[in-house]
Amino acid sequence: MSEFDQLYREVILDHYKNPRSHGLLEAADAQAEGQNPLCGDEVTVSLRFEGETIAEVGFEGRGCAISQAATSMLTEIVVGRSAEEIARMPKEELLEEIGIPLTPVRLKCALLGLGVLKVALHKSKGTPLPDEWTQGDDLTIS
Amino acid sequence: MAVTADAKLDVQRIRADFPYLEELSNGKPVAFLDSAASTQKPRQVLDALHDFYSHRYANVHRGVYRLAERATEGYEGAREKVRAFVNAPSTREVVFVRSATEGLNLVAYAWGLENLGPGDVVVITELEHHSNFVPWQFVANRTGASFRHIPIDDAGELQLDALDEIAASGKVKVVANNLVSNSLGTINPVEKLAAWAHEQGAIMVVDAAQAAPHRPIDVQALGCDFLALSSHKLCGPSGVGALWGKAELLEQMSPFNLGGEMIRSVALDRTSWNELPYKFEAGTPAIAEAYGFGVAIDYLSEIGLDAIERHEHELTEYALGKLSELDFVRVFGPPVERRAGIVSFDVTGIHPHDVAQILDWEGVAVRAGHHCTQPLMARLGVAATTRASFYLYTIPEEIDRLVEGLHKVKQHLG
Repeated sequence: MSEFDQLYREVILDHYKNPRSHGLLEAADAQAEGQNPLCGDEVTVSLRFEGETIAEVGFEGRGCAISQAATSMLTEIVVGRSAEEIARMPKEELLEEIGIPLTPVRLKCALLGLGVLKVALHKSKGTPLPDEWTQGDDLTIS
Repeated sequence: MAVTADAKLDVQRIRADFPYLEELSNGKPVAFLDSAASTQKPRQVLDALHDFYSHRYANVHRGVYRLAERATEGYEGAREKVRAFVNAPSTREVVFVRSATEGLNLVAYAWGLENLGPGDVVVITELEHHSNFVPWQFVANRTGASFRHIPIDDAGELQLDALDEIAASGKVKVVANNLVSNSLGTINPVEKLAAWAHEQGAIMVVDAAQAAPHRPIDVQALGCDFLALSSHKLCGPSGVGALWGKAELLEQMSPFNLGGEMIRSVALDRTSWNELPYKFEAGTPAIAEAYGFGVAIDYLSEIGLDAIERHEHELTEYALGKLSELDFVRVFGPPVERRAGIVSFDVTGIHPHDVAQILDWEGVAVRAGHHCTQPLMARLGVAATTRASFYLYTIPEEIDRLVEGLHKVKQHLG
Protein backbone atom coordinates (compact mmCIF):
# COMPACT_ATOMS: atom_id res chain seq x y z
CA MET A 1 0.00 0.00 0.00
CA SER A 2 1.42 3.41 -0.91
CA GLU A 3 1.82 6.12 1.68
CA PHE A 4 -0.92 8.03 0.05
CA ASP A 5 -3.31 5.13 0.46
CA GLN A 6 -2.27 4.72 4.07
CA LEU A 7 -3.00 8.28 5.14
CA TYR A 8 -5.67 9.24 2.70
CA ARG A 9 -7.38 5.86 2.61
CA GLU A 10 -10.54 5.63 0.63
CA VAL A 11 -12.93 6.14 3.52
CA ILE A 12 -11.08 9.31 4.57
CA LEU A 13 -11.21 10.73 1.06
CA ASP A 14 -14.88 9.83 0.83
CA HIS A 15 -15.68 11.70 4.04
CA TYR A 16 -13.53 14.64 2.92
CA LYS A 17 -15.16 14.93 -0.47
CA ASN A 18 -18.69 14.05 0.69
CA PRO A 19 -18.88 15.14 4.32
CA ARG A 20 -21.75 13.65 6.35
CA SER A 21 -24.02 15.90 8.42
CA HIS A 22 -22.59 18.91 6.68
CA GLY A 23 -24.20 22.24 7.48
CA LEU A 24 -25.20 23.72 10.81
CA LEU A 25 -28.58 22.85 12.32
CA GLU A 26 -31.24 25.53 12.22
CA ALA A 27 -32.78 24.55 15.54
CA ALA A 28 -29.62 23.73 17.43
CA ASP A 29 -29.55 23.28 21.21
CA ALA A 30 -25.81 23.72 21.36
CA GLN A 31 -23.05 25.01 19.18
CA ALA A 32 -19.31 25.53 19.51
CA GLU A 33 -16.46 26.39 17.27
CA GLY A 34 -12.77 25.80 17.34
CA GLN A 35 -9.66 26.27 15.36
CA ASN A 36 -6.13 25.06 15.16
CA PRO A 37 -4.20 28.29 14.62
CA LEU A 38 -1.08 26.40 13.63
CA CYS A 39 -2.53 25.32 10.33
CA GLY A 40 -5.79 27.23 10.15
CA ASP A 41 -8.21 24.32 10.49
CA GLU A 42 -11.66 25.50 11.57
CA VAL A 43 -14.66 23.50 12.72
CA THR A 44 -18.09 24.53 14.03
CA VAL A 45 -20.38 21.84 15.45
CA SER A 46 -24.08 22.20 16.25
CA LEU A 47 -26.21 19.69 18.16
CA ARG A 48 -29.86 18.93 18.79
CA PHE A 49 -30.89 16.79 21.74
CA GLU A 50 -33.87 14.65 22.53
CA GLY A 51 -33.68 14.53 26.29
CA GLU A 52 -30.12 13.55 27.05
CA THR A 53 -29.58 11.87 23.69
CA ILE A 54 -27.81 13.50 20.76
CA ALA A 55 -30.52 13.40 18.12
CA GLU A 56 -28.85 15.33 15.34
CA VAL A 57 -25.51 16.89 14.61
CA GLY A 58 -24.28 19.22 11.90
CA PHE A 59 -20.90 20.75 11.20
CA GLU A 60 -19.17 23.25 9.03
CA GLY A 61 -15.51 23.90 8.64
CA ARG A 62 -12.55 24.40 6.46
CA GLY A 63 -9.19 22.83 6.75
CA CYS A 64 -7.12 19.85 5.76
CA ALA A 65 -8.58 16.56 4.62
CA ILE A 66 -7.81 14.89 7.95
CA SER A 67 -9.57 17.51 10.11
CA GLN A 68 -12.68 17.64 7.95
CA ALA A 69 -12.95 13.90 7.31
CA ALA A 70 -12.44 13.12 11.00
CA THR A 71 -15.25 15.50 11.97
CA SER A 72 -17.51 13.96 9.36
CA MET A 73 -16.76 10.46 10.71
CA LEU A 74 -17.37 11.71 14.24
CA THR A 75 -20.90 12.78 13.37
CA GLU A 76 -21.70 9.16 12.47
CA ILE A 77 -20.35 7.92 15.78
CA VAL A 78 -22.25 10.22 18.11
CA VAL A 79 -25.85 10.32 16.92
CA GLY A 80 -28.15 8.31 19.15
CA ARG A 81 -25.74 8.26 22.07
CA SER A 82 -26.04 10.21 25.31
CA ALA A 83 -24.32 13.51 25.93
CA GLU A 84 -22.63 12.07 29.01
CA GLU A 85 -21.29 9.08 27.11
CA ILE A 86 -19.84 11.16 24.30
CA ALA A 87 -18.36 13.66 26.75
CA ARG A 88 -16.43 10.78 28.26
CA MET A 89 -15.64 9.09 24.97
CA PRO A 90 -11.90 8.49 24.77
CA LYS A 91 -10.20 9.91 21.72
CA GLU A 92 -9.02 6.42 20.86
CA GLU A 93 -12.51 5.49 19.77
CA LEU A 94 -12.43 8.12 17.03
CA LEU A 95 -8.81 7.35 16.15
CA GLU A 96 -9.68 3.69 15.68
CA GLU A 97 -12.41 4.68 13.31
CA ILE A 98 -10.01 6.90 11.38
CA GLY A 99 -7.63 3.96 11.35
CA ILE A 100 -4.47 5.57 10.01
CA PRO A 101 -1.12 6.36 11.61
CA LEU A 102 -0.92 10.05 12.50
CA THR A 103 2.07 12.20 13.34
CA PRO A 104 1.69 14.56 16.34
CA VAL A 105 0.90 17.49 14.04
CA ARG A 106 -1.78 15.59 12.14
CA LEU A 107 -3.21 14.17 15.37
CA LYS A 108 -4.28 17.69 16.31
CA CYS A 109 -6.05 17.98 12.98
CA ALA A 110 -7.84 14.68 13.55
CA LEU A 111 -9.03 15.57 17.07
CA LEU A 112 -10.21 19.13 16.44
CA GLY A 113 -13.82 18.13 15.71
CA LEU A 114 -14.04 15.92 18.80
CA GLY A 115 -12.74 18.74 20.97
CA VAL A 116 -15.29 21.17 19.55
CA LEU A 117 -18.10 18.68 20.03
CA LYS A 118 -17.15 18.19 23.67
CA VAL A 119 -17.11 21.95 24.18
CA ALA A 120 -20.64 22.14 22.73
CA LEU A 121 -21.77 19.41 25.14
CA HIS A 122 -20.09 21.21 28.02
CA LYS A 123 -21.83 24.46 27.17
CA SER A 124 -25.30 22.98 27.01
CA LYS A 125 -25.17 20.02 29.37
CA GLY A 126 -22.39 20.95 31.76
CA THR A 127 -20.51 17.75 31.01
CA PRO A 128 -16.83 17.73 31.95
CA LEU A 129 -14.14 18.73 29.49
CA PRO A 130 -10.93 16.76 29.17
CA ASP A 131 -8.19 18.54 31.11
CA GLU A 132 -6.36 19.87 28.09
CA TRP A 133 -9.51 21.54 26.76
CA THR A 134 -10.60 23.68 29.69
CA GLN A 135 -9.56 26.94 28.15
CA GLY A 136 -12.77 28.80 27.65
CA ASP A 137 -15.98 28.32 25.74
CA ASP A 138 -14.46 28.09 22.31
CA LEU A 139 -11.63 25.80 21.59
CA THR A 140 -8.22 26.73 20.38
CA ILE A 141 -5.63 24.02 20.15
CA SER A 142 -2.12 24.66 19.06
CA MET B 1 36.11 29.09 -2.53
CA ALA B 2 37.00 32.31 -4.32
CA VAL B 3 34.20 33.48 -6.54
CA THR B 4 34.26 36.79 -8.33
CA ALA B 5 31.32 39.13 -7.96
CA ASP B 6 29.97 38.43 -11.42
CA ALA B 7 30.47 34.68 -11.43
CA LYS B 8 27.61 32.24 -11.13
CA LEU B 9 27.55 30.10 -8.05
CA ASP B 10 29.16 26.70 -8.27
CA VAL B 11 26.06 25.19 -6.72
CA GLN B 12 27.17 21.55 -6.89
CA ARG B 13 30.29 22.47 -4.97
CA ILE B 14 28.24 24.43 -2.45
CA ARG B 15 25.84 21.52 -2.03
CA ALA B 16 28.74 19.26 -1.13
CA ASP B 17 29.30 21.49 1.93
CA PHE B 18 25.88 20.59 3.35
CA PRO B 19 25.68 17.08 4.85
CA TYR B 20 21.90 16.98 4.96
CA LEU B 21 21.60 17.50 1.21
CA GLU B 22 23.32 14.15 0.68
CA GLU B 23 20.65 12.28 2.57
CA LEU B 24 17.58 10.57 1.27
CA SER B 25 14.16 11.50 2.54
CA ASN B 26 11.68 8.68 2.19
CA GLY B 27 14.07 6.95 -0.19
CA LYS B 28 14.31 10.00 -2.44
CA PRO B 29 16.92 12.74 -2.66
CA VAL B 30 15.82 15.54 -0.38
CA ALA B 31 14.60 18.76 -1.98
CA PHE B 32 14.83 21.15 0.95
CA LEU B 33 12.64 24.12 0.02
CA ASP B 34 12.13 25.55 3.51
CA SER B 35 15.20 27.71 4.00
CA ALA B 36 13.06 30.74 4.84
CA ALA B 37 12.17 28.95 8.09
CA SER B 38 15.74 27.90 8.79
CA THR B 39 18.69 26.94 6.63
CA GLN B 40 20.79 23.81 6.55
CA LYS B 41 24.33 24.13 7.93
CA PRO B 42 27.60 23.73 6.01
CA ARG B 43 30.47 21.57 7.29
CA GLN B 44 32.54 24.72 7.79
CA VAL B 45 30.13 25.87 10.51
CA LEU B 46 29.67 22.40 11.99
CA ASP B 47 33.42 21.80 12.15
CA ALA B 48 33.99 25.23 13.68
CA LEU B 49 31.48 24.51 16.44
CA HIS B 50 33.12 21.19 17.17
CA ASP B 51 36.53 22.79 17.25
CA PHE B 52 35.40 25.69 19.42
CA TYR B 53 33.68 23.47 21.97
CA SER B 54 36.66 21.07 21.92
CA HIS B 55 39.56 23.47 22.22
CA ARG B 56 38.46 27.07 22.79
CA TYR B 57 35.50 26.91 25.10
CA ALA B 58 35.29 28.72 28.42
CA ASN B 59 33.07 31.48 29.72
CA VAL B 60 33.84 34.84 28.17
CA HIS B 61 35.16 38.19 29.36
CA ARG B 62 36.37 37.83 32.94
CA GLY B 63 38.52 34.72 32.93
CA VAL B 64 42.24 35.36 33.52
CA TYR B 65 43.44 32.03 32.17
CA ARG B 66 44.42 31.48 28.57
CA LEU B 67 41.43 29.41 27.53
CA ALA B 68 38.99 32.11 28.64
CA GLU B 69 40.93 34.66 26.63
CA ARG B 70 40.69 32.49 23.54
CA ALA B 71 36.96 32.05 24.02
CA THR B 72 36.55 35.81 24.41
CA GLU B 73 38.58 36.40 21.26
CA GLY B 74 36.29 34.03 19.33
CA TYR B 75 33.15 35.64 20.68
CA GLU B 76 34.28 39.23 20.14
CA GLY B 77 35.71 38.32 16.74
CA ALA B 78 32.24 37.22 15.73
CA ARG B 79 30.87 40.60 16.83
CA GLU B 80 33.29 42.30 14.45
CA LYS B 81 32.14 39.97 11.66
CA VAL B 82 28.51 40.90 12.28
CA ARG B 83 29.46 44.57 12.32
CA ALA B 84 31.15 44.32 8.95
CA PHE B 85 28.31 42.15 7.56
CA VAL B 86 25.73 44.91 8.15
CA ASN B 87 28.23 47.78 7.67
CA ALA B 88 27.67 49.18 11.15
CA PRO B 89 29.99 51.99 12.26
CA SER B 90 31.09 50.31 15.50
CA THR B 91 31.01 46.98 17.35
CA ARG B 92 29.65 48.94 20.33
CA GLU B 93 26.39 49.02 18.40
CA VAL B 94 26.20 45.25 17.85
CA VAL B 95 24.34 43.37 20.59
CA PHE B 96 24.22 39.57 20.59
CA VAL B 97 20.73 38.31 21.30
CA ARG B 98 19.00 34.93 21.10
CA SER B 99 17.30 35.65 17.79
CA ALA B 100 15.94 38.45 15.65
CA THR B 101 12.75 38.08 17.69
CA GLU B 102 14.58 38.84 20.91
CA GLY B 103 16.31 41.81 19.27
CA LEU B 104 12.95 43.27 18.25
CA ASN B 105 11.53 42.64 21.71
CA LEU B 106 14.54 44.40 23.19
CA VAL B 107 13.74 47.53 21.19
CA ALA B 108 10.00 47.35 21.86
CA TYR B 109 10.51 47.00 25.62
CA ALA B 110 13.64 49.01 26.31
CA TRP B 111 12.91 51.85 23.87
CA GLY B 112 9.13 51.59 23.42
CA LEU B 113 7.96 51.44 27.02
CA GLU B 114 9.96 54.55 27.91
CA ASN B 115 9.28 56.62 24.81
CA LEU B 116 5.66 55.96 23.88
CA GLY B 117 2.44 57.36 25.30
CA PRO B 118 -1.06 58.54 24.42
CA GLY B 119 -1.13 60.53 21.18
CA ASP B 120 1.87 58.66 19.80
CA VAL B 121 1.56 56.33 16.84
CA VAL B 122 3.32 53.02 16.29
CA VAL B 123 3.37 52.03 12.63
CA ILE B 124 3.83 48.46 11.41
CA THR B 125 2.81 46.81 8.14
CA GLU B 126 0.18 44.32 7.09
CA LEU B 127 2.85 41.82 6.05
CA GLU B 128 4.91 41.93 9.21
CA HIS B 129 6.07 38.69 10.83
CA HIS B 130 4.50 38.33 14.28
CA SER B 131 7.93 38.99 15.81
CA ASN B 132 7.87 42.59 14.59
CA PHE B 133 4.13 42.95 15.07
CA VAL B 134 3.09 41.48 18.43
CA PRO B 135 5.77 43.25 20.55
CA TRP B 136 4.71 46.60 19.11
CA GLN B 137 1.02 45.87 19.51
CA PHE B 138 1.70 44.91 23.13
CA VAL B 139 3.81 47.97 23.89
CA ALA B 140 1.31 50.29 22.17
CA ASN B 141 -1.47 48.85 24.32
CA ARG B 142 0.64 49.21 27.45
CA THR B 143 1.55 52.83 26.80
CA GLY B 144 -1.70 54.08 25.26
CA ALA B 145 -0.07 54.75 21.89
CA SER B 146 -2.12 53.97 18.81
CA PHE B 147 -1.17 51.07 16.59
CA ARG B 148 -1.49 51.60 12.84
CA HIS B 149 -0.57 49.46 9.89
CA ILE B 150 0.53 50.26 6.37
CA PRO B 151 -1.77 48.22 4.12
CA ILE B 152 -0.64 46.15 1.15
CA ASP B 153 -2.10 45.95 -2.33
CA ASP B 154 -3.28 42.71 -3.92
CA ALA B 155 0.26 41.92 -5.08
CA GLY B 156 1.55 42.10 -1.51
CA GLU B 157 3.36 45.43 -1.82
CA LEU B 158 3.12 48.25 0.70
CA GLN B 159 0.71 51.05 -0.16
CA LEU B 160 2.78 54.06 0.80
CA ASP B 161 0.01 56.49 -0.12
CA ALA B 162 -1.51 55.55 3.24
CA LEU B 163 1.35 57.29 5.04
CA ASP B 164 -0.16 60.80 4.94
CA GLU B 165 -3.32 59.70 6.69
CA ILE B 166 -1.27 57.82 9.30
CA ALA B 167 0.91 60.89 9.90
CA ALA B 168 -2.21 63.02 10.38
CA SER B 169 -3.56 60.66 13.05
CA GLY B 170 -0.98 61.53 15.70
CA LYS B 171 2.70 61.79 16.45
CA VAL B 172 4.46 58.92 14.67
CA LYS B 173 7.21 57.62 16.96
CA VAL B 174 8.14 54.20 15.55
CA VAL B 175 8.01 52.62 12.12
CA ALA B 176 8.72 48.87 12.14
CA ASN B 177 9.03 46.87 8.93
CA ASN B 178 10.71 43.79 7.55
CA LEU B 179 13.16 44.30 4.71
CA VAL B 180 11.91 41.09 3.09
CA SER B 181 8.53 39.54 3.84
CA ASN B 182 8.93 35.98 5.07
CA SER B 183 5.55 34.97 3.66
CA LEU B 184 5.50 36.62 0.24
CA GLY B 185 9.13 37.48 -0.40
CA THR B 186 8.25 41.14 -0.99
CA ILE B 187 11.33 43.36 -0.87
CA ASN B 188 10.10 46.39 1.03
CA PRO B 189 11.17 50.01 0.41
CA VAL B 190 12.84 50.39 3.79
CA GLU B 191 15.02 53.34 2.71
CA LYS B 192 11.90 55.32 1.80
CA LEU B 193 10.16 54.35 5.02
CA ALA B 194 13.22 55.28 7.07
CA ALA B 195 13.36 58.73 5.45
CA TRP B 196 9.64 59.20 6.09
CA ALA B 197 10.00 58.00 9.69
CA HIS B 198 12.75 60.52 10.34
CA GLU B 199 10.65 63.33 8.83
CA GLN B 200 8.05 62.44 11.46
CA GLY B 201 10.65 62.40 14.23
CA ALA B 202 10.22 58.63 14.51
CA ILE B 203 12.73 55.79 14.72
CA MET B 204 12.93 53.09 12.05
CA VAL B 205 13.17 49.48 13.21
CA VAL B 206 14.05 46.90 10.58
CA ASP B 207 13.50 43.17 10.82
CA ALA B 208 16.21 41.79 8.53
CA ALA B 209 15.82 38.14 9.55
CA GLN B 210 14.63 37.21 6.08
CA ALA B 211 16.80 39.65 4.14
CA ALA B 212 20.24 39.25 5.72
CA PRO B 213 20.82 35.69 4.45
CA HIS B 214 20.14 36.64 0.87
CA ARG B 215 21.40 40.12 0.01
CA PRO B 216 24.03 42.57 1.21
CA ILE B 217 22.85 44.64 4.19
CA ASP B 218 24.08 48.15 4.88
CA VAL B 219 22.47 49.76 7.91
CA GLN B 220 23.92 53.15 6.99
CA ALA B 221 22.53 53.06 3.45
CA LEU B 222 19.15 51.87 4.72
CA GLY B 223 19.09 54.83 7.09
CA CYS B 224 17.43 52.84 9.86
CA ASP B 225 17.92 53.10 13.63
CA PHE B 226 17.70 49.43 14.63
CA LEU B 227 18.10 46.25 12.62
CA ALA B 228 17.71 42.66 13.80
CA LEU B 229 18.91 39.42 12.24
CA SER B 230 19.15 35.73 13.14
CA SER B 231 22.07 33.36 12.68
CA HIS B 232 20.04 30.23 11.96
CA LYS B 233 18.56 31.69 8.79
CA LEU B 234 22.00 32.29 7.30
CA CYS B 235 23.70 28.92 7.71
CA GLY B 236 24.71 29.57 11.32
CA PRO B 237 23.67 27.90 14.59
CA SER B 238 20.27 28.52 16.15
CA GLY B 239 20.01 30.31 19.49
CA VAL B 240 21.88 33.44 18.51
CA GLY B 241 21.14 36.60 16.57
CA ALA B 242 22.19 40.20 16.57
CA LEU B 243 20.60 43.57 17.09
CA TRP B 244 22.30 46.59 15.63
CA GLY B 245 21.23 49.95 17.03
CA LYS B 246 22.53 53.48 16.86
CA ALA B 247 24.80 54.10 19.83
CA GLU B 248 23.03 57.31 20.84
CA LEU B 249 19.72 55.42 21.14
CA LEU B 250 21.21 52.38 22.86
CA GLU B 251 22.90 54.67 25.36
CA GLN B 252 19.62 56.37 26.28
CA MET B 253 17.84 53.08 26.80
CA SER B 254 17.56 51.11 30.02
CA PRO B 255 18.73 47.51 29.96
CA PHE B 256 16.34 44.82 28.76
CA ASN B 257 17.65 41.88 30.79
CA LEU B 258 19.36 42.34 34.13
CA GLY B 259 22.03 40.24 35.79
CA GLY B 260 25.66 39.36 35.35
CA GLU B 261 27.90 40.95 32.73
CA MET B 262 25.60 43.91 32.04
CA ILE B 263 26.67 45.81 35.19
CA ARG B 264 29.53 48.19 35.93
CA SER B 265 29.15 47.95 39.69
CA VAL B 266 26.59 46.57 42.08
CA ALA B 267 26.08 47.71 45.66
CA LEU B 268 23.32 47.00 48.13
CA ASP B 269 21.64 50.27 47.29
CA ARG B 270 22.40 50.84 43.61
CA THR B 271 23.67 49.33 40.37
CA SER B 272 25.24 51.02 37.38
CA TRP B 273 25.30 49.65 33.89
CA ASN B 274 28.13 48.33 31.79
CA GLU B 275 29.14 50.10 28.59
CA LEU B 276 27.72 49.23 25.16
CA PRO B 277 27.06 46.63 23.98
CA TYR B 278 27.44 44.66 27.23
CA LYS B 279 24.67 46.64 28.92
CA PHE B 280 22.29 44.52 26.85
CA GLU B 281 24.02 41.16 27.26
CA ALA B 282 23.05 39.88 30.70
CA GLY B 283 24.09 36.36 31.55
CA THR B 284 26.37 33.92 29.79
CA PRO B 285 25.73 34.37 26.08
CA ALA B 286 25.54 31.69 23.39
CA ILE B 287 29.32 31.78 23.09
CA ALA B 288 30.10 29.02 20.63
CA GLU B 289 26.95 29.76 18.67
CA ALA B 290 27.96 33.41 18.29
CA TYR B 291 31.34 32.16 17.09
CA GLY B 292 29.58 29.87 14.62
CA PHE B 293 27.44 32.80 13.49
CA GLY B 294 30.69 34.56 12.56
CA VAL B 295 31.92 31.49 10.67
CA ALA B 296 28.64 31.37 8.73
CA ILE B 297 29.08 35.04 7.83
CA ASP B 298 32.59 34.24 6.55
CA TYR B 299 31.21 31.35 4.54
CA LEU B 300 28.53 33.47 2.86
CA SER B 301 30.83 36.44 2.37
CA GLU B 302 33.39 34.31 0.57
CA ILE B 303 30.76 33.07 -1.83
CA GLY B 304 29.41 36.60 -2.10
CA LEU B 305 26.01 37.92 -1.11
CA ASP B 306 25.58 39.51 -4.53
CA ALA B 307 26.08 36.16 -6.22
CA ILE B 308 23.70 34.46 -3.78
CA GLU B 309 21.07 37.10 -4.47
CA ARG B 310 21.40 36.64 -8.24
CA HIS B 311 21.19 32.86 -7.90
CA GLU B 312 18.00 33.11 -5.88
CA HIS B 313 16.57 35.61 -8.30
CA GLU B 314 17.06 33.17 -11.18
CA LEU B 315 15.47 30.35 -9.18
CA THR B 316 12.52 32.53 -8.26
CA GLU B 317 11.97 33.55 -11.86
CA TYR B 318 12.13 29.89 -12.85
CA ALA B 319 9.69 28.84 -10.12
CA LEU B 320 7.21 31.62 -10.89
CA GLY B 321 7.28 30.62 -14.57
CA LYS B 322 6.73 26.94 -13.82
CA LEU B 323 3.98 27.54 -11.29
CA SER B 324 2.17 29.95 -13.61
CA GLU B 325 1.69 27.02 -16.00
CA LEU B 326 -0.41 25.21 -13.40
CA ASP B 327 -4.03 26.35 -13.65
CA PHE B 328 -4.80 24.87 -10.21
CA VAL B 329 -2.15 26.92 -8.42
CA ARG B 330 -2.52 30.56 -7.39
CA VAL B 331 0.71 32.34 -6.50
CA PHE B 332 0.72 35.24 -4.02
CA GLY B 333 3.13 38.14 -3.92
CA PRO B 334 4.88 40.66 -6.11
CA PRO B 335 6.61 40.29 -9.49
CA VAL B 336 10.08 38.78 -9.49
CA GLU B 337 11.82 42.18 -9.67
CA ARG B 338 10.68 43.02 -6.16
CA ARG B 339 10.67 39.53 -4.68
CA ALA B 340 13.28 37.50 -2.79
CA GLY B 341 13.51 33.71 -3.09
CA ILE B 342 10.13 32.94 -1.56
CA VAL B 343 7.02 31.69 -3.34
CA SER B 344 3.76 31.31 -1.41
CA PHE B 345 0.84 29.71 -3.18
CA ASP B 346 -2.58 28.14 -2.89
CA VAL B 347 -3.56 24.87 -4.53
CA THR B 348 -7.21 25.37 -5.39
CA GLY B 349 -9.49 23.52 -3.02
CA ILE B 350 -6.72 21.66 -1.20
CA HIS B 351 -5.49 22.60 2.25
CA PRO B 352 -1.78 23.46 2.51
CA HIS B 353 -1.25 20.73 5.11
CA ASP B 354 -2.40 18.12 2.65
CA VAL B 355 -0.23 19.68 -0.05
CA ALA B 356 2.85 19.62 2.19
CA GLN B 357 2.14 16.07 3.34
CA ILE B 358 2.03 14.67 -0.18
CA LEU B 359 5.08 16.70 -1.21
CA ASP B 360 6.94 15.24 1.78
CA TRP B 361 6.41 11.75 0.43
CA GLU B 362 8.11 12.95 -2.74
CA GLY B 363 11.08 14.13 -0.67
CA VAL B 364 10.11 17.79 -1.15
CA ALA B 365 10.13 19.81 2.09
CA VAL B 366 7.94 22.92 2.03
CA ARG B 367 6.16 24.83 4.76
CA ALA B 368 2.40 24.95 5.16
CA GLY B 369 0.71 27.36 7.51
CA HIS B 370 0.31 31.03 8.27
CA HIS B 371 4.08 31.58 8.51
CA CYS B 372 3.60 33.75 11.65
CA THR B 373 1.76 36.34 9.55
CA GLN B 374 -1.89 35.95 10.47
CA PRO B 375 -2.88 39.55 9.60
CA LEU B 376 -1.42 38.96 6.14
CA MET B 377 -3.32 35.67 5.74
CA ALA B 378 -6.53 37.52 6.64
CA ARG B 379 -5.73 40.15 4.01
CA LEU B 380 -5.14 37.43 1.40
CA GLY B 381 -8.38 35.74 2.43
CA VAL B 382 -6.78 32.39 3.23
CA ALA B 383 -6.16 30.48 6.45
CA ALA B 384 -2.75 29.33 5.32
CA THR B 385 -0.51 29.02 2.29
CA THR B 386 2.08 26.58 1.04
CA ARG B 387 5.50 28.19 0.83
CA ALA B 388 8.59 27.14 -1.07
CA SER B 389 11.79 29.07 -0.38
CA PHE B 390 15.21 28.91 -1.98
CA TYR B 391 18.79 29.43 -0.94
CA LEU B 392 22.32 29.23 -2.26
CA TYR B 393 22.18 25.41 -2.37
CA THR B 394 18.86 25.20 -4.22
CA ILE B 395 18.88 23.87 -7.79
CA PRO B 396 16.22 24.17 -10.53
CA GLU B 397 15.71 20.37 -10.49
CA GLU B 398 14.29 20.74 -6.98
CA ILE B 399 11.72 23.19 -8.29
CA ASP B 400 10.86 20.69 -11.04
CA ARG B 401 10.25 18.10 -8.35
CA LEU B 402 8.01 20.56 -6.51
CA VAL B 403 5.97 21.01 -9.67
CA GLU B 404 5.78 17.24 -10.28
CA GLY B 405 4.69 16.82 -6.67
CA LEU B 406 1.94 19.39 -7.13
CA HIS B 407 0.59 17.39 -10.07
CA LYS B 408 0.40 14.39 -7.72
CA VAL B 409 -1.39 16.50 -5.11
CA LYS B 410 -3.93 17.53 -7.71
CA GLN B 411 -4.33 13.97 -8.97
CA HIS B 412 -4.94 12.55 -5.48
CA LEU B 413 -7.00 15.24 -3.79
CA GLY B 414 -8.22 17.59 -6.52
